[in-house]
Amino acid sequence: MKESTVSSTAEPQSQPVNQISMSAPKKSFLAHFQRWEWMLVLLVVLAIVINSRLTPYFLNAQNLSRTSADFMELGLMMLPMVFIIITGNIDLSVASNLGMCASFMAVLWNLHIDIWVAAGAALLLGTLAGAFNGFLIARVKLPALVATLGTYAFFRGIAYVLLGDQAGRGYPPAFTYIGQGKIPGTLIPFSVGLFVVMAVIFGLVLHRTTFGRYIFAIGNNENACIYAGVPVARIKLIIYTVSGFMAALAGLVLAARFGSTRPDIGTGLELSVITAAVLGGVDINGGIGTMPGAVLSLLLIGLVTFGMGLKNVQDQVQTIAIGSLLILSILIASIARTISAGGVRLNWRTVGLAAVFIVIFGAFFFFFFWSRAPVLKSVFG
Amino acid sequence: MTVKNPSATRSNLFITLTRFREFGIILIILILAVLVGLRAPVFLTLGNFRDILLDISILVIVALAQTMVIITHGIDLSVGSSIGLVAMMVAFIIKANPHISLVLVVLLGMALGAVLGSFNGLIIAIGKVPPIIATLGTLSIYRGMVFLYSQGYWVPSYQLPDAFKMLSKGTLLGVPNIIIYAIIVAILVYYFLNYTHAGRDIYAVGSNPDAAQYVGIRKQRIIFLVYVLTGIAAGLAGVLWASRFESSQTNTALGFELQTVAASIVGGVSISGGVGTVPGVLLGALLLGMINNSVTLVRISPFWEQAAQGLLILIAVVSDILILRRIQRAKSK
Repeated sequence: MKESTVSSTAEPQSQPVNQISMSAPKKSFLAHFQRWEWMLVLLVVLAIVINSRLTPYFLNAQNLSRTSADFMELGLMMLPMVFIIITGNIDLSVASNLGMCASFMAVLWNLHIDIWVAAGAALLLGTLAGAFNGFLIARVKLPALVATLGTYAFFRGIAYVLLGDQAGRGYPPAFTYIGQGKIPGTLIPFSVGLFVVMAVIFGLVLHRTTFGRYIFAIGNNENACIYAGVPVARIKLIIYTVSGFMAALAGLVLAARFGSTRPDIGTGLELSVITAAVLGGVDINGGIGTMPGAVLSLLLIGLVTFGMGLKNVQDQVQTIAIGSLLILSILIASIARTISAGGVRLNWRTVGLAAVFIVIFGAFFFFFFWSRAPVLKSVFG
Repeated sequence: MTVKNPSATRSNLFITLTRFREFGIILIILILAVLVGLRAPVFLTLGNFRDILLDISILVIVALAQTMVIITHGIDLSVGSSIGLVAMMVAFIIKANPHISLVLVVLLGMALGAVLGSFNGLIIAIGKVPPIIATLGTLSIYRGMVFLYSQGYWVPSYQLPDAFKMLSKGTLLGVPNIIIYAIIVAILVYYFLNYTHAGRDIYAVGSNPDAAQYVGIRKQRIIFLVYVLTGIAAGLAGVLWASRFESSQTNTALGFELQTVAASIVGGVSISGGVGTVPGVLLGALLLGMINNSVTLVRISPFWEQAAQGLLILIAVVSDILILRRIQRAKSK
């Protein structure tokens, strides 16, 4: 299902400006590594093969349907995050915004206000919060990392202020349908359908409109854009506002899926969102990235996590795999780029020194991990 | 970074500028102190000041290291997880060997931290992975390792020997040890950043990496160094954390990395590199500590604590950038 939407938008994308400015790309094997999407397709296929080999429960429509809904909040927030990272900015506040909006809705619901009015108000609050981020970044010209670090603490704080030690629960079935229900007649969860529609819209805007080209242009050279008359400030304001709206939407979906709301809902999700976008080939320095790549990476994260879950790997240990996947993907891409650019200019003394350093300390470190050998046996044995 | 005049007045202007930056924070601190002092006079007592310092000591140690990383135009998001992992490993080691020498424990913690930091440094300096990505990855990896190592168990207070608890709780001439450690670290970092070649190179790499390379600074080595130093600081913080809170849990220092970044930024460290001072960061950490402390004293619901902290971070950075812009405008006239 997800893959079919991917192929609908995964057409050869014109090269970002800063790649053109580099010397003509050589058609070597390594050059193909730069088409990150193919790498991701390969990894997704690999994950499916390995998972179905490891456990018979993997290729089970019920299971796949249930687990796919678990990643949709992440996906909804990832879509605008792709826009933001391509412009060379970042939004650390999305998960806090999600928490604030879900808490706001819960407070209104607890005051016996109609659930749809409460949900609408929450969406409005999230949009305003996103616009506030956009204002700080586009108008006050704070660095995005600084501004959203502040609102990260502020929005989460407001969630605690609103809900305190209370919780929102007992939502009507019509509302929990958003997070738990399936599209009638199919096994596809409603939230997956919502995500697919949103992904297509965001993908088309990014790759088929002037607005989307502006986003790439800002990421490549913001000053040049300003001189060329691109409304940089307005575009930033818009994408942060959209990010706020999507965070609120994700908050509603998450609250509906859990069936309850606490002020700490979604804590830490911002890092997963950024991980998903970056693993999808979106360059953290801006200017490069595709929507199909980001969606593929979400699929990959979902498959890897689901497979490990079926093999009874603890949630917390799964984060090791996701973190390693993130670092390795960027590391391999970075090494491939260095080699294909032809210039391996490593300072061998530095490399040697670092290697010695890490070998000595690595041995030391593992000696202490070894002192809890049963742990290692339970993992590798 | 912010000053581009190549004339001889450069260093002079720079000094004025940094003074102004810290002036802004001092002003906010004074205003907050007066306002809170009016509501709750106990805020302005020496005992309360000591409490604030106790609370921010660990933050200061890590934030100063974070500052060095940010000056090189990097960021280390893995410090919270590093602290958690070192605290967990150290706690289990002490639990198994209650009579181990405390000096050894501290050195051990710092060495373990150095390993974690050198791994960051390696992927960033030599692997050329952007710092935010690399440390985002190790944030997950190290936190996962905490669970892998502890298998969901934790070390409660009664399993830790008293001598270990006294590591942070003991006093020297009436000053709690943990404050003394923070002061020592602050002095060391101040000396390192201002009076050593490597320290000055950190600023050079941050303000203009290419120029730094042309004048013969080994950029990779400096970047590697700051991450190792941050790892060592996180290791020390991990030991102190386990000692001060008398326990080690799987969620130790969860989310602490953003507090260290906040302390640096509120303290006037520029996220784009090249700018930042030790006194500024100390003031930034002090401001964060005062906010937490005053929320309790003024009897605002504790649920307001985080919101107030976030709001004050925003006010601090916005007023800082407005002041800075005014100075620059005044200078360009």
